[in-house]
Amino acid sequence: MTTISKIVRLTVNGDRHEAGVPSHFTLLEALRYVLGLTGSKQGCDKGDCGACTVIMDGLPKLSCLMPVWEAEGTEVVTVEGLATPDGPHPLQDEFDRWGAAQCGFCTPGILCSAKTLLDRNPSANRAEIQDALSGNLCRCTGYAKIYDAVEAARDRLSTASALGASNE
Amino acid sequence: MSDHAPGAGRRKAQSDLRLIGSNMRKVEGLDKATGRAVYTDDLAFPGMLHGKILRSPHAHATIVSIDVSRAEALDGVHAVITGKDMPTTYGVIPWTPDEYPLCVDRVRYIGDGVAAVAAVDEDTALRALELIEAEYEELHAFFDPQEAADADGSTPYVHDAHKDGWNGNITKMVHLEFGEVDRSMETSDVVVEGDYFFEGTTHTPIEPHCAIGQWDGVGQLTVWSATQVPHYLHRELSRVLGVDQAQVRVLQPLVGGAFGGKSEPFDLEFCVAKLSMVSGRPVKILYTREEVFYAHRGRHPFQMKYRTGATSDGKLTSVDAKILLDGGAYASFGLVTTYYSGQLLCAPYEMSAYRFDSTRVYTNKPACGPKRGHGSVQPRFAFEVQIDKLAEKVRLDPIEFRRRNFIGEHTRTINELRITSNGFLECLEAVERASDWKSKFRKMPFGRGIGVAGSTYISGTNYPIYPNDMPQSAVQMQIDRSGRVAVFSGASEIGQGCDSVVAYIAAEELGVPLEWVRVMRGDTDFTPVDLGAYSSRVTFMLGNAAIDAATKLRKLVQEAVAKTWDVKAGEVLLADGFAMWAPDTSRQLPIQEAFNLAEAEFGALGSTGSYNTPKDVHGEYRGGTIGASPAYSFTSHVAEVEVDVESGVVEVQKIWVAHDCGRALNPILVEGQMEGSAYMGFGEALMEQHVVKDADHGRAGLLDAPSLLDYRIPTTLDTPELEALIIESIDPEGPYGAKEAGEGPLHPSIPAIANAIYDAIGVRTDRLPFSAPMVWRGIEAARAAGTLGKPASYASPRKDS
Repeated sequence: MTTISKIVRLTVNGDRHEAGVPSHFTLLEALRYVLGLTGSKQGCDKGDCGACTVIMDGLPKLSCLMPVWEAEGTEVVTVEGLATPDGPHPLQDEFDRWGAAQCGFCTPGILCSAKTLLDRNPSANRAEIQDALSGNLCRCTGYAKIYDAVEAARDRLSTASALGASNE
Repeated sequence: MSDHAPGAGRRKAQSDLRLIGSNMRKVEGLDKATGRAVYTDDLAFPGMLHGKILRSPHAHATIVSIDVSRAEALDGVHAVITGKDMPTTYGVIPWTPDEYPLCVDRVRYIGDGVAAVAAVDEDTALRALELIEAEYEELHAFFDPQEAADADGSTPYVHDAHKDGWNGNITKMVHLEFGEVDRSMETSDVVVEGDYFFEGTTHTPIEPHCAIGQWDGVGQLTVWSATQVPHYLHRELSRVLGVDQAQVRVLQPLVGGAFGGKSEPFDLEFCVAKLSMVSGRPVKILYTREEVFYAHRGRHPFQMKYRTGATSDGKLTSVDAKILLDGGAYASFGLVTTYYSGQLLCAPYEMSAYRFDSTRVYTNKPACGPKRGHGSVQPRFAFEVQIDKLAEKVRLDPIEFRRRNFIGEHTRTINELRITSNGFLECLEAVERASDWKSKFRKMPFGRGIGVAGSTYISGTNYPIYPNDMPQSAVQMQIDRSGRVAVFSGASEIGQGCDSVVAYIAAEELGVPLEWVRVMRGDTDFTPVDLGAYSSRVTFMLGNAAIDAATKLRKLVQEAVAKTWDVKAGEVLLADGFAMWAPDTSRQLPIQEAFNLAEAEFGALGSTGSYNTPKDVHGEYRGGTIGASPAYSFTSHVAEVEVDVESGVVEVQKIWVAHDCGRALNPILVEGQMEGSAYMGFGEALMEQHVVKDADHGRAGLLDAPSLLDYRIPTTLDTPELEALIIESIDPEGPYGAKEAGEGPLHPSIPAIANAIYDAIGVRTDRLPFSAPMVWRGIEAARAAGTLGKPASYASPRKDS
C-alpha cells in the first residue's frame, strides 16, 4: 500500500494548499486527485499531448512531467483560475463562441498555452500562435477554429488595454 | 406518429428559421472552456478502488494456468478476476460475438486481457499484477493477412472455423457484382490497373478510455464510461454479467474524443463492473495511453487491386475491385467493414458495371474496427487515384472528368442505394473556384502541384446493428412555467455537438431563448434510447426526433394561445421569446405566459419524439441493406502541395474542403467538422501508421509506436491551412434538410494529396503514408526510370465545346 510520504505546499489559482501526497506524484496527479482540480487533463502521462499544461510563474508547464515538490514555491494557474468574478476570460469566451472546444479535452491545456502567449506577446500573429500551441495536440478541430478564437481574444484584450490606457 | 417522417426538412422555409442556420454557441461550450466539464476520470466516489488489467505478452498462445493467489493475498487488494469469472462472449455485431471480457483459454494478440485486479490505489494494483502467475503455451501467430488467408489449418487458426474444413482466419467474404464487369471492361477504350496499400491508422482521442463500476450489493449495476455507444454497452453488460437490463444503468459523462475508437464495449467496462460486484466497492479503470493504442479498433490495413475502365470521352464504364482487409484479433464491426469496403463506392459517379471481392481475415494483432469514414476511406483513396489516372489517359481535366460522371440527385446507384439530394457538382465548383484550379493544374513549376478528389458518405444506416423495428433515436421534452425547456436526450456527445443540436431545435420550434433550454443527457435511466455516435447518424436521426417532440409541444401552445385570442392555431407564432399573432405580430405574449396558458388547458406539458429510418429502401440482394442510408453527403477537396525532390518531404500548403451537408444547422460547428475531418485525413496521408512489428524489426506483435510521441498526429506546425466551403442541398429526409458532416469530409483529403503529389513531380504514391522515406523511394525509382518531372499539360475541353 502506498503511504503518504510527503507534505507539499502549493499555491494554485491564488489559494495556498498544504496536502499529503505520495512522494512520486506529479503535479497533475496532485491537482486532479488530491486538490480536486480536475480541469487539467491527463491524455498521455508522458508529456506528449499537452492536455495537462498549466501556467507556472507565467510560463506553460507540462504538469504530468513535473514531480509535485518541484511546484513548491511557485504560483500555479490552471484552467479553473482563468475566469474572474466578472466572467470568463476573453480566451474562454472566444473558444466558446468559435466552437474551438469540440470534445474539450485538450482545451484546458491549450488555454493555458494561449494565455501565457498573449500575456507575453499581446500582438501575437498566427505564426506565433501556431508556435506557442505546437506542444498541444488537438484531435478534433484541425486547429482552425482555435486560431480564430485566440486571435479574437487577442484583439479584444488589446482593445481593452488600449481603452484602459486612454482612460488613465 | 408514423415510424418514418420524411419531409421533416420541408416544414420550414429558410426565411422562417430564426436560429437554425446561424452561428450559435454549444450548450456545454463554456463548461469545456472553464474546466467545469466533467469527464469520466474526473469522477471519484467514496471508497473507490483502482483497477488494472494484466495483459498477454504473447501474440497467440493457449492459457495453461493463471494463479492469482499471491495477488489476492497482497494487502490492499480487494478483488482479482480472470476470464473464468465472465465466460460469455460478446461483440458489437450480434452475429460475431468472439471476445471474452478477459481471455478464457486463448490469447490472440499482445495486449489481450487475462486478469484484472482492484486495489486501494493504482500502485497496489500494479504490484498485484506482478504477483499473478500466468503460464502460456505459445502458438504460431499470424501477422501477414495473406498468410492468414491462405492458412491450411496445420497450425491453429486465430479463431475456430465456423464449419469443419473452413479457414478459421476468415471473418467475412463478400463478393458482389452489378452489371457485366468483364464484358464492360473489354469494351472500354482505356483501362487503368493499380495496386494500393493503406497502412492502418488509429483514432487517438486525447481522452483515454475510462470506466467506473458500482454494484449496489442487492442487484443494481451502474457503469460510467467514456463510450460513444451507451445503449450497446448497456445491452452487453446485462448479457455478459447476467444482470437484467432494467437493473443496469449506464452513464456517459462528456467524452473527450472518440472518432469510432469507443464505439463498442471494451474489457475495462466489464472489468470495473465485475470487480465492483466482487469487492462491493466502486472501481475505476483508466487506460494508459499505451493501452489505448493496443485497444485500437482503428482503420483496417487494406490491400487493394483496382481495374477501372472508361470511354475515350471520359465516361466511367467498369470498376473491378479485390480487397484484403487485415482485421486483427477480433471481429469488432468487421462484418460491416467488409461490406462497406465495396458498398460505399458507387457514388458520386455513375458506372455501368461494378464488382468487388472483399475478404477480411483475422491476424494476431490489435483488432481493427471503425474509424471516422468506416470502411470507405481506404477504397476511396484508391478509386480517386484511379480516376486521376484515367482522366490523364483520356486527357480530360480531372474536375471535368468527375463532373462528366456525376450520378445526379434523386436516383439510385448501381448497387441500388437510394440517393436523395446531391450537391456534388456545387462542391466541385466551389473548390475549383476557391483554389484557382484552372490557373494551377499542370501549370505550376516542378515540385508544386494541385489535386482533386470527391466522395460520398452515409447519414446513418437504415438498418440498426441488432434487428428491431423500434425507433433509432428518440427524445423527450418538457416545458415548465418559467419558460424553460428540458430535453432528455440519450445521444452521445463526443464533441460533435449533438447536445446542442437538440437545444437549437427546441429553441427554434418553441420560441424560447437558447439559454432557456436544458439538455439532460448521458444516463440510460432517464433518457430514451439513441443507438450511439457512429455511422454519422446522430444529427440526422436525433434532429428528426427532436423536431417531432418539439412540434407536438408547439401545437399545444399554439392551440391554447389561439383559444385565448380567438384566432386560428396556425396563426400563432412562437419565436424570439414570444407568442405572436402572425397577421399582426404586435399582438404578443411573453412565451412563459403562453406556456402557462397551455399548461392550464392541457395539464403538465411533455412530449416524446422519435425517428426511424425508411425500411423499404435497399438493394434486393444479400447484403443490399448494408450501406443503405436515408441520405448521403457529398464532398470534394482540392489540395495544394510542395514536394522537395531531394528529401521526399511533402508539404501540404492548403486544403479546400467543400461539403454538401444538406443544411448547416449551425455553420460554425459544421465548419469545425469539415476542418477536423480534413485534418485527420491529412494526418493519415502524410504521417500516421499503426504498424505492428514483425520479427525483423523487434518482437513480432508489438506495436511500433504506442505513444503520442512516436505515433505522429499532426501538430499546429504540421497542419495545413484548411478552408471550409459549406454546400447546402436541403435534403428531403433530414432535419430542416440537414445531412451528415462529421465523417464524409475526411475521405477526399488522402487522394487529393496523392493526386497533387503527382501533379507536382510526376510520381504516383499508391502506398500510404506519403512520408518522406516512402515518397523519396518513389522519386528515386522515377529518377532511375527517367519519368521524374512535371506531368505533361493537356487541354481541358468542356463538355459543351
